[in-house]
Amino acid sequence: MSRARQAVAAVVDPEIRVVTIDDLGILRSVQEDPATGRVVVTITPTYTGCPAMDVIRADIRRALAAVGHPDAEVRTVHSPAWSTDWISDAGRAKLAAAGIAPPVPVRRDGVVPLTLAVRCPRCGSPETEQLSRFGSTACKALWRCRSCAEPFDHVKAL
Amino acid sequence: MNGPFAFTLALGDDALIAAQRLAEWTTRAPEMEEDIALANIALDQLGAARLLLSYAGELEGAGRDEDALAYLRDDREFRNCLLVELPNGDFAVTMAKLLVLAAYQVPLYTALADCPDERLAAIGGKARKESAYHLDHAALWVKRLGDGTEESHRRMQAGVDQIWPYADELFAAWPDAPVDPAILRSDFDDTVTAVFAEATLTVPEVGWTPAGGRDGVHTEHLSYLLAEMQVLHRAHPGARW
Repeated sequence: MSRARQAVAAVVDPEIRVVTIDDLGILRSVQEDPATGRVVVTITPTYTGCPAMDVIRADIRRALAAVGHPDAEVRTVHSPAWSTDWISDAGRAKLAAAGIAPPVPVRRDGVVPLTLAVRCPRCGSPETEQLSRFGSTACKALWRCRSCAEPFDHVKAL
Repeated sequence: MNGPFAFTLALGDDALIAAQRLAEWTTRAPEMEEDIALANIALDQLGAARLLLSYAGELEGAGRDEDALAYLRDDREFRNCLLVELPNGDFAVTMAKLLVLAAYQVPLYTALADCPDERLAAIGGKARKESAYHLDHAALWVKRLGDGTEESHRRMQAGVDQIWPYADELFAAWPDAPVDPAILRSDFDDTVTAVFAEATLTVPEVGWTPAGGRDGVHTEHLSYLLAEMQVLHRAHPGARW
């Protein structure tokens, strides 16, 4: 992995600071022009209205400037549309460790996925219930565990 | 106005005005979870609006960006449907509006995802997944209120009766648009009829069907909404934070 890619991949998500943009699948590519050394980073938003995108762009530019690429370009693409299936296994483990239930796999026919069971990230119980399908950020829903009674965030399958 | 520009502008305006109206519920929703839900749905609409208006500006080629289109046009230059500019009313009216809007946007964005215009296809492919959640949310509330108490049923039916005439405008034929909205009507009818049936609500008789939004002829409600939405940008042009 190039130093530029390494630097960008280490940028953390501004709203869920336990995972990187690489873990979440927001980072699509890091290309370095072999002749000029100029870096072009391509990212995609989780949700169209995600308010963290401006901060992510600024953080990427700052991270690249620190490793000798002050003139990097950050491009935003919307196709193919981001899916929670792009969250890496490492990302899922980090989310769970932080008390955020990772998303279930997505149905591919474009229908809202049917959630069978979301396990409580604290006690592991499948006895959980949805309090609100919209949570503290655009990508999360609010759930509660019926076994240990703790509320928790759940990354919605998309 | 050429077809793709006018169409993209209309869709962007639908999303923008819907976002502004939904955001009015912030701190006023019946419960905290609902406050967060409506704010999130507003944010999704705003996200779609930004993409659509940015692209509309490029199609127009007159140097207008998303901010110029959102903040520096007057009411007669907006192309949103009348549905989204109507006042929120009570919670039942808002849910009736959201149900109609989402039941239209889901098949619209789905069809857009397969259209030949790559930019619109990307926006449609992204936005349809979010709209599916909006539809699910609105349908849940319409069922819960319609099939709830006598009072909640009465108010939900009143909300549906009030909103229903405005649904017609969404499906007015637009043959040279990337997606002709007329083809979405049967999908919309299937969705909404099924929700109404489960909610024990009656589909209102169609009589008066107001329109004009796509031609810039709006209700007076839009002017008040724009005044609030645009005042800061116009008072402090180019301000940043």
